[in-house]
Amino acid sequence: MRNPLSDTIVTIPPSGIRKFFDIVSEMKDAISLGVGEPDFDTPWHIRDEGIYSLEKGRTFYTSNTGLKELKMEICRYLKRRFDVSYDYSTEVLVTVGGSEAIDIALRAMLNPGDEVLIPQPSYVSYTPCTILAGGVPVIIELEEKDRFRLTKEKLLEKITPKTKVLILPFPNNPTGSIMEPGDLAEIAKVVEERDLFIISDEIYSELTYSGDHCTIAVFPGMKERTVLINGFSKSYAMTGWRLGYACAPEMILTQMLKIHQFAILCAPTTSQYAAVEALRNGDPDVNHMREAYDQRRKFLVKALRDMGLECYEPQGAFYVFPNIKRFHMTSEEFALKLLEEERVAVVPGTAFGDCGEGYLRLSYAYSLEDLKRALERIERFIKRLDGKE
Amino acid sequence: MREKILAIIEKNSRIDLADLAALLGESEAAVANEIADMEKENIICGYHTMINWDKTSDEKVTALIEVKVTPQRGMGFEKLAERIYQYSEVNSMYLMSGAYDFTVILEGKTMREVAQFVSEKLATMNYVLSTATHFILKKYKDHGTVMCEKPEDERMLITP
Repeated sequence: MRNPLSDTIVTIPPSGIRKFFDIVSEMKDAISLGVGEPDFDTPWHIRDEGIYSLEKGRTFYTSNTGLKELKMEICRYLKRRFDVSYDYSTEVLVTVGGSEAIDIALRAMLNPGDEVLIPQPSYVSYTPCTILAGGVPVIIELEEKDRFRLTKEKLLEKITPKTKVLILPFPNNPTGSIMEPGDLAEIAKVVEERDLFIISDEIYSELTYSGDHCTIAVFPGMKERTVLINGFSKSYAMTGWRLGYACAPEMILTQMLKIHQFAILCAPTTSQYAAVEALRNGDPDVNHMREAYDQRRKFLVKALRDMGLECYEPQGAFYVFPNIKRFHMTSEEFALKLLEEERVAVVPGTAFGDCGEGYLRLSYAYSLEDLKRALERIERFIKRLDGKE
Repeated sequence: MREKILAIIEKNSRIDLADLAALLGESEAAVANEIADMEKENIICGYHTMINWDKTSDEKVTALIEVKVTPQRGMGFEKLAERIYQYSEVNSMYLMSGAYDFTVILEGKTMREVAQFVSEKLATMNYVLSTATHFILKKYKDHGTVMCEKPEDERMLITP
């Protein structure tokens, strides 16, 4: 038999997270700080709208781009929260989670050999999606000394004549870093000068703790060059509903729509009806969840520092990214040892790029009780490593 | 800081002071002072326990009573209310807008005990016009807390 497989996909390694997941799921008594999704249930009024839409028999396809009502609400929301204007009829596409939007944006924009700048540590899908779209991933290694922000210098270093797209993954999973307006202004200038395009993954935009999120699309000349990606998973605790969206200039969106209509047809109808309710009446829920995350963030950073783990103070998302370099172990060794000895699951920083070496990702999408239980074990572990016990 | 403290301890009054301070990013002393002040000012009026009595062997009957009154000259709702809420059987009491004046929530050991209180004490007060008693059959949710088993965390242990 001939080899049935594509060489491209075979050469892509599976997600580093996946590998760790397989080890952890073998352990019955492990407690985890490893999830990348909210611990809150989707607010009831949103779930109820989903149920109501099913009761009314709204079980058909929607238009390829999504429900008109939803697209209009998305535009109102983006204007209200981030002061950026999109035309609902030509510049918005409702997708199956932000992750579909990342994939189809890259596929719509890349020609073979085009380089995509990917700041890391970051979410796991940018590199494989770039490769699948025929592009060449070029990694920008973000550093703790820059608070894991993308600086102009780091960007300029990696630009070549082949560079076409810059991914902006902020607020960032796994570091919790954000980009403030001043940081973005610098990036915008370079993007303009070097004639680049941006895919801005803003899925954590509602979870910032030192002022509101700013999107690069508001800077002069940037909307024309940006695919803005957002969704409902993190802000409204709707991960399982699989719903996100992309906003982009009509020229780009039209091509993204072609891929979407052939591959997906349309995003889930029930989720779209629920999302309309989320955008119309979900602000209090978002505020409530943000406040809860912020409190746990403060709690967790203090607890980690108190036990002698160096920890940059994250300003967004729901992760902390402590530095474990002083223990002279790789992230994976540390995480495995912690799992074996104390049954606590965290994610090695290297799952998010090689430059995540020396760091761990801990999620605070957990109740205070869960956090305390895990912290007790981590503290015991560290004391043992330090030879204090 | 006050509202934030209250929002947390309203749900969990037994939280450690150290944890509470860490959640708020404040010092323990500052939080302790604020709580002490709020206790003095009667903003914090007590630290009670939410109990699902249905799961105990203790028999309890709870009734919600709608009370209509005629306010007397020189005696507004406050005074009338006081004459009712002073009874230890009264668990909570509210002044209402709308079709009646007070909601009185009573707790008794038996239905007869509650009935006796209503017919002998409450209904006979000379400014009480009428009462309507509703017995509570089951408590589903109280103080924002659902009174059944806590659901397990069903998320996968590791996700990107």
